[in-house]
Amino acid sequence: MASTGRRGEHTSRIVLAPDPDSRSPLLPENFLRWFAARGWSPRAHQLALLAKAREDRSALLIAPTGAGKTLAGFLPSLVELSAPSSTDRAAARVIVSTGRGVARSRGLHTLYISPLKALAVDIARNLETPNAEMGLPIKVETRTGDTPVSRRQRQRRYPPDILLTTPEQLALLLSSDDAPFLFSSLKRIVLDELHALVTSKRGDLLSLGLARLWRLAPGLRSIGLSATVAEPESLARFLVPQRDRTSQAADIVTAGGAAAPIVEMLDTRERLPWAGHTARHALDEIYHLIKAHKTTLVFVNTRSQAEMLFQDLWRMNDDGLAIALHHGSLDVAQRRKVEDAMAAGRLRGVVCTSSLDLGVDWGDVDLVINIGAPKGASRLMQRIGRANHRIDEASRAVLVPANRFEVLECRVAIDAVAENAQDTPPLRTGALDVLAQHVLGCACGEPFLADDLYAEVLTSAPYSGLSRSDFDDVIDFVATGGYALKTYERFARIKQDKEGRWRVANPRVRQSYRLNVGTIVEDTMLKVRLLRSRGGGTGSTGALGRGGRMLGEIEEAFIEGLVVGDTFVFAGEVVRYESLVEDQVYVSRAYDEDAKVPSYMGGKFPLSTYLAERVRQLLADKRSWAGLPEQVRDWLSLQADVSSVPGVRELVVETFPRANKHYLVCYPFEGRLAHQTLGMLLTRRMERARARPLGFVANEYALAVWSLGDLSFMIRQGKLDLDALFDPDMLGDDLEAWLAESALMKRTFRTCAVISGLIPRRFTGEEKTKRQVLFSTDLIYDVLRRHQADHVLLRAARADAATGLLDIRRLGDMLGRIKGRIVHKELDHVSPLAVPVMLEIGRESVYGEASDELLAEAADELVKEAMG
Amino acid sequence: MTAGAQSLDGREISAGHGVTVAGITLLADLSGAFFWESERLLIVSDLHLEKGSSYATRGVLLPPYDTVATLARLTAVIARHDPQTVIALGDSFHDPKAHERLAPADREAVAALQARREWIWIAGNHDPALPRDIGGVVASEAAVGGIVFRHEPTGAAGEIAGHLHPKARVTTRGRTLERRCFASDGTRAVMPAFGAYTGGLNIRDPAFQKIFQTPGFMAHVLGDNRMHAIAAARCY
Repeated sequence: MASTGRRGEHTSRIVLAPDPDSRSPLLPENFLRWFAARGWSPRAHQLALLAKAREDRSALLIAPTGAGKTLAGFLPSLVELSAPSSTDRAAARVIVSTGRGVARSRGLHTLYISPLKALAVDIARNLETPNAEMGLPIKVETRTGDTPVSRRQRQRRYPPDILLTTPEQLALLLSSDDAPFLFSSLKRIVLDELHALVTSKRGDLLSLGLARLWRLAPGLRSIGLSATVAEPESLARFLVPQRDRTSQAADIVTAGGAAAPIVEMLDTRERLPWAGHTARHALDEIYHLIKAHKTTLVFVNTRSQAEMLFQDLWRMNDDGLAIALHHGSLDVAQRRKVEDAMAAGRLRGVVCTSSLDLGVDWGDVDLVINIGAPKGASRLMQRIGRANHRIDEASRAVLVPANRFEVLECRVAIDAVAENAQDTPPLRTGALDVLAQHVLGCACGEPFLADDLYAEVLTSAPYSGLSRSDFDDVIDFVATGGYALKTYERFARIKQDKEGRWRVANPRVRQSYRLNVGTIVEDTMLKVRLLRSRGGGTGSTGALGRGGRMLGEIEEAFIEGLVVGDTFVFAGEVVRYESLVEDQVYVSRAYDEDAKVPSYMGGKFPLSTYLAERVRQLLADKRSWAGLPEQVRDWLSLQADVSSVPGVRELVVETFPRANKHYLVCYPFEGRLAHQTLGMLLTRRMERARARPLGFVANEYALAVWSLGDLSFMIRQGKLDLDALFDPDMLGDDLEAWLAESALMKRTFRTCAVISGLIPRRFTGEEKTKRQVLFSTDLIYDVLRRHQADHVLLRAARADAATGLLDIRRLGDMLGRIKGRIVHKELDHVSPLAVPVMLEIGRESVYGEASDELLAEAADELVKEAMG
Repeated sequence: MTAGAQSLDGREISAGHGVTVAGITLLADLSGAFFWESERLLIVSDLHLEKGSSYATRGVLLPPYDTVATLARLTAVIARHDPQTVIALGDSFHDPKAHERLAPADREAVAALQARREWIWIAGNHDPALPRDIGGVVASEAAVGGIVFRHEPTGAAGEIAGHLHPKARVTTRGRTLERRCFASDGTRAVMPAFGAYTGGLNIRDPAFQKIFQTPGFMAHVLGDNRMHAIAAARCY
């Protein structure tokens, strides 16, 4: 019955169900009958999880989409809650008065945590079926931010058997006085989409919540549900308490039997673009693919790409196909409408972003199209898994590269999928800002001793290596801010009692914790409203009327880059920016064909290290070029002739003159974020070498810097030493100096300040109505950095910068790899490989620190205007 | 000019430029202060001392270094220009009890600044009543040679005020910069906030239209190393 996994490297860890006749069957009679009535038979991994439950073991289930993962996760709970033996528990039921009568409560048995509240709601609905059809006496409820207060209160007192919720709600429940009562009966916790949860600070928060639960309910066993990941062992550690600094892990159950997906690259008849991310060249082909299938999901990497593609498809939609748009900025009601139409099978195509990466089961998707770079192998496999949500049928996917470099990335991604090779990121080290939030949450509940809490926190896998001094610094931070200058003792948020136990100083602190719980810090979002008719275009604020149809929300940072009159695509329409009044952006319908979509708003996910490595291997091995389209082959051959194609470990650096400027282009293949950081640091060093750099642009594969100094000449004369320029020591003082003023670093700090509770998202009982903020975290960053550089929050921000927006760790790895392996090519003109990144110039923002230059430019414009 | 001055982010600076208000030319200093050379008068606005501790009383434990940072910059700009008179244009203290929370060292720093010169505290909405022991004189407004100094701008000709914390947002080549600025139309001016934790209000906010009436006013923007005059209409 148990078919083993295909070519997966983890095949050997398949766990089979034990011999069923050893004890009573794993699945009771009524369940077997129910399975049979639906024409199902229990899958091997479902039985394996039941067996693990019987052995009282925690387990991690690794299964592809469509394997009946969720049901597998709940079966142990459903069986236990319906078993005759649970009459023993029934005897222990508490009879409580509800005012009108009596109700029985036997305490919370199972907690289910999902990253999406929509998923929790969806699962609750799905559980109703077995519940009703087998007549199980099981009460299932959800608890999300949308749950009415009255129901939440009732849930704390008379908990259901199974509660479905999110990491944030778990944190809130744990901070309440009722937590010991509520969770003492807990037997199981099911963590859905664990692979997605653990990669972020939400995973850190969840891990700390788990540690707390293990103490409140020592008999608690976990079940993790995950897509295939690179390191299942480290994920399995997340599910069980770590003890005495030795690594403990849950058992791993792997579901096999998924049919191999069929993935192809679109073999376009059109000319492949050199740059850009829109794949406009292939529009016709994309449209015909949608037309030839029942339902197609079209994934793109950014919201603005989604907007543009949707526009383009709509314009050519002569057949009137039902095509919809779905991304995170759209109004929730609009998104729900699309999801419902999708589930009902009324749509032929949905253009979407990662907003549909996870979760809810869609009807009959028979094709996934991925536009642009796949970015990562695991990521691509999860997207492909959205097609044919049935495990025994092959998913079909078509990859559409939007430019020549993306062809290389698509090629290696297809190979990786065929090998089932995974590149999910490693388990995180728990962040100190999240720990600070948790510590405050703990103090809101029962008072605690620092020693006890430290021991408890160490049981959580991401924090198992936490030092006592870091922990003590976090306590100090939560209490009085953690400042060297001890002036806030009297304003302490948590205080010690005579026994040394910490508790919140006053109820206001508790209220503030509740308002600010969670680790998702969004950019400030502005509401976008459509004016009925075109405004005056004067750019004045306040003159326009209020109201207008709400289109959705947009990042403040995006609007800041616009000037009044700019057009951009939003919610599927070309709109014109009219004005900004408080938190509302007013736009009018623009009748332009093309919007001046000014920003690519960088993809959130950089090219994975793993795919980058494979792209370098592909480039280095000329024989493998045979698998590439002819246009791309020619392009690479020409590069080999006029310059050099990068080897696996080396860095090719080209210098050449062009239009009175001098260029340096290099090809690290480490993703935009790492390249941007590299660009910042290189230009600093070139400045010192008097090469007079002017700016740079980065894409996923390459970095181009331009300067007034003749770089080729300087290198020839020994005035510019490339080995020294790219030396890893740039991550020392140069990095520190740059971090001091980097806008990205300030953004990173802001996130830490909000999560840690230093800066409240919301003040108690005070809604921010004006956009005049109370204080700027940038200013606080400046002051704190200068007066207490080793403050715990600055340490947390630096830890984030290593992997986040600045990707410093990856840059460091790259600099180490290429040390002593720089291949310099002095050229007369731009090389074929350099064309894509050179085309980004003017299209992308120019980076640099020369704020004064930019301000002076703005001032000069005025002078020119005045002087005619 | 003497060295040793610091810009907002602590770098050495040596710049400022002239801004004319009702026929008088004042030096708009890169620190955010006005210096009127012939009167040897230095004006700073909205110091918001003890803003950090003000939030701390409400449970928001901002780093308690803002007063030190603000006074250090004030000391630097005073050392550079050696004014005979200093006007603090209101909201010098973040709340009515802020002066009580001044650390002894900061109190001494204030006293040292006041020594050998005339010191005028203009009352602001955050600090309507200041105690005598803070030194200097307290007034609701001050007039010097045809210019009136008051905290809240009324739009009157010849007025230099604060209160609004003007900042300008400039977008050039896809990059957006947001900086504090002086706002002036040649007849009246609004000064930037000097305090380390004071954010700003965009000069395109309607509040500024009430003061200047015409969109043709200028933002004198505090750059990293120099001042920049940019038309308000060019800012968003």
